[in-house]
Amino acid sequence: MQASTIKVLVVGNGMVGHHFVEQVLEQNINAEVTVLSGEPRLAYDRVHLSEYFTGKSAEDLSMTSEAHYENLGVNFHVNAKVVDIDKANKRVTTEAGDTFAYDKLVLATGSYPFVPPIPGNDQEHCLVYRTIEDLEQIEASSKQSKVGVVVGGGLLGLEAANALKQAGLETHVVEFAPQLMAVQVDKAGGSLLKSKIESLGVRVHTERATEEIVAGESCRYKMCFKGGESLETDMILFSAGIRPQDSLAREVDIEIGPRGGIVIDDHCLTSDPDIYAIGECALWNNFIFGLVAPGYTMARAAASHLAQGELKFEGADMSTKLKLMGVDVGSIGDAHARTEGALTYTYENQPEGIYKKIVVDAEKKALLGAVLVGDNSDYDTLLQYALNDIELPEQPESLILPSTGGDAPALGADALPDTATVCSCHNVSKGDIVDAMDAGSCDLGAIKTCTKASTGCGGCAALLKNVVDSELEKRGVEVKKDICEHFAYSRQELFHLVQVEEIKSFDALLEKHGRGIGCEVCKPAVGSILASVWNDFVLQKEHVKLQDTNDTYLANMQKDGTYSIVPRIAAGEITPDKLIVLGQVAKKYKLYTKITGGQRVDLFGARVEQLPFIWEELIAAGFETGHAYAKSLRTVKSCVGSTWCRYGVQDSVGAAINIENRYKGLRAPHKIKMAVSGCTRECAEAQSKDIGVIATDKGWNLYVCGNGGMKPRHADLFATDLDTETLIKYIDRVLMFYVRTADRLQRTSVWMENLEGGLDYLKQVVIEDSLGLCSELEAQMQSVVETYQCEWKTAVETDQSRKRFRQFVNADQKDPNIVFVEERDQIRPATEEEKNSGDLIATDRELAEDALA
Amino acid sequence: MSNNEQWISVCNTDDLVENSGVCALVNGEQVALFKLVQGEQEQILAISNYDPFGKANVLYRGLLCSVSSDDAAVRFAVASPLYKQRFCLTTGECIDDPEASVSVFPARIVDQTVQLSVAS
Repeated sequence: MQASTIKVLVVGNGMVGHHFVEQVLEQNINAEVTVLSGEPRLAYDRVHLSEYFTGKSAEDLSMTSEAHYENLGVNFHVNAKVVDIDKANKRVTTEAGDTFAYDKLVLATGSYPFVPPIPGNDQEHCLVYRTIEDLEQIEASSKQSKVGVVVGGGLLGLEAANALKQAGLETHVVEFAPQLMAVQVDKAGGSLLKSKIESLGVRVHTERATEEIVAGESCRYKMCFKGGESLETDMILFSAGIRPQDSLAREVDIEIGPRGGIVIDDHCLTSDPDIYAIGECALWNNFIFGLVAPGYTMARAAASHLAQGELKFEGADMSTKLKLMGVDVGSIGDAHARTEGALTYTYENQPEGIYKKIVVDAEKKALLGAVLVGDNSDYDTLLQYALNDIELPEQPESLILPSTGGDAPALGADALPDTATVCSCHNVSKGDIVDAMDAGSCDLGAIKTCTKASTGCGGCAALLKNVVDSELEKRGVEVKKDICEHFAYSRQELFHLVQVEEIKSFDALLEKHGRGIGCEVCKPAVGSILASVWNDFVLQKEHVKLQDTNDTYLANMQKDGTYSIVPRIAAGEITPDKLIVLGQVAKKYKLYTKITGGQRVDLFGARVEQLPFIWEELIAAGFETGHAYAKSLRTVKSCVGSTWCRYGVQDSVGAAINIENRYKGLRAPHKIKMAVSGCTRECAEAQSKDIGVIATDKGWNLYVCGNGGMKPRHADLFATDLDTETLIKYIDRVLMFYVRTADRLQRTSVWMENLEGGLDYLKQVVIEDSLGLCSELEAQMQSVVETYQCEWKTAVETDQSRKRFRQFVNADQKDPNIVFVEERDQIRPATEEEKNSGDLIATDRELAEDALA
Repeated sequence: MSNNEQWISVCNTDDLVENSGVCALVNGEQVALFKLVQGEQEQILAISNYDPFGKANVLYRGLLCSVSSDDAAVRFAVASPLYKQRFCLTTGECIDDPEASVSVFPARIVDQTVQLSVAS
């Protein structure tokens, strides 16, 4: 640590600039950090920019906030574009004329989109794709357009094309080169990619040089190509590559490369010893790195240099794996086999649209590069071979050939050295994971939290799991998923047994597959499974012993042994008459009354023997159980929606009522909460729910696997602009898949994070039906819906069940230990001291007893 | 058992619930009664209904469980519905906290009648 505080000034607050700020704070450098952002907002996630079009807001994409920076003690100014650097006096000047002094200056100015110098390229609907402001313009323009063209068939260009396609435009891609993604994939891969993308309805025009953009006849513009052809379009997006934003450095004579880019050394220092450059504006070894991971590495190297650390930037792996419009594309290392003596192996499967190529050295010992189109499943393994110089198997082609039932040479996690990078987004090595496990993290979830591995793009999820499993095995930890000592099966396996063998009771399951009499762990779990599959009354003779007390008494036990009662108020909509009944019942039985977070009313302080009487009155008024006691659907919260709200675009209350009535009573591994918001303002807070639905002007956006509580998690956007029928279908499938495969007491969020392949996998199962399960899942849900019964009603109407609602089998007395005192005009349980003091409000007890009589 | 032991009839066997509990009031004492059925075997076990952790009369509403350990035979226990501590039904000991325990009561069935012995 330095003795005195140094002033660190960061110009640019893109992803890399922001990462640098984080690194400086993490390294405990005694620095006063000031950030100047030329954009109107602080750092946001540019990698996932296209998700702006599928419902993510600028806020969702943001990586920090003013409050966050304030907490960290970072000074910041937005809309503060730097126009001059006074190197001698160490100060910079912004467009507005403000000056800022520095000891160390960091240029993280990024890049700007290259717009080819075509006459007519500066018209109103000719746009670029880089910032949120650009996206706002594209959105506005696409609303006034029918046809859109993207100029540039690289990675970003194809993402932009996807955005136009999603906006409902007839979409074209115009590429100067003879193939798509010429940097990452070879010719054969490029042509397969082209045909796949065309089959999705995007027209691809390669080898087209645009000479002029003029007024169109059927559309707004006409693009005239060299050779006389033309294409009419209403809007044009330029995505023809990036150029480093180096003009500021250039003007003050910092060294610039011959073709642009601020020249840096391994410490990311420029030609000025007090000025660093990082990210896409920087030129290292004559190379601009246009990906975020190398930018992050530069940020770490520069921060390390400030802290007198050792870390250097020594180039970066430019391998990429992505899904473009649903098409897998992977590129590793020397994809074009340019290394001297390089040899290639190719596998092509035209019927299924798969192309794979590996590039090896002359000795066939090392993997130099690879190209994958249509199937990325080998990417992780190949990348590890390439990055860690792992010796290739004798027949390298076996790495990409489809396995024919034999032993596929999957790269075991053991073969990886500790230095091997598992997660490149967060730079987590195998060694880091082993360290985390040594320090006590022993499951996937804990390791993800502690190392951040697999929490970026998620591409390394499968590899991470392999590493963790193999390490656990090495430690002699049997990866045991037995639910308890009575069953040597996981919940998922038990579910399967119950379903396949048509087992209808706990005793039958125990006799066939378990031992002992069961316990407080397996009984409720099996009770829940039986309810999910067969949906019998939970207090039936053979099931009653399985239920936790809340389920047994269909109410929530409180600390003094009394219960609270929550009637269903679907979507929070209630008539004045029903509200009055709740008040009357609460008053009669002298119950403590509170509004819940789920837009319902909770009535506290009911003795076990009062429950059936209270329910009878509620049922007579048209109420039914709210399942607040069960691991099942709780509430579907809603905002008032388009019916009343000036901003609402759909009837969120109506939708929420339908959803709540559909899934009420579904027993699940844990509680399930849902919400429906009528517009993007999201007043129902749907993104903090297991299932969240947000209205759009075209339909509904579906979010899944969020939760509040101890470890809050934002739900993930699952599908956009769904019609109501598809929405319900997807929710059916997600929920039933969760019910079938989750562990006991696992919320949807943890379940999804532990699914190998995470959100993408869930999308494949639910949207693409990759397991061929969807019709079964829907049918199973339909059967649960059709066999719904109000458990309160069944309980009060069945003598055998009703008999259980008494404190004593042999006396009509009340439990004298239940005592209330008054607070804020309502009852509350007396404390032990109050009970002992005898100074109690006896009338409370008497009143409650009168009500019973 | 002492000589002044006295059996008190509390309820019929019909009042019991298989592998679950009910509560009886005997001489002012709340007793949790469990009917344990395993295959052909059946037994009635009785402990105090008062949960010393939660300080409430709720034990009869807990879940029954069998607990095996390395050094002892399988024990039958009830898990409190409040904070889940398990109490052995034959000794009253708390399996999760050896410091705590509840009283146990002899119980038997005579001609469909459940009888308890509560020391007077």
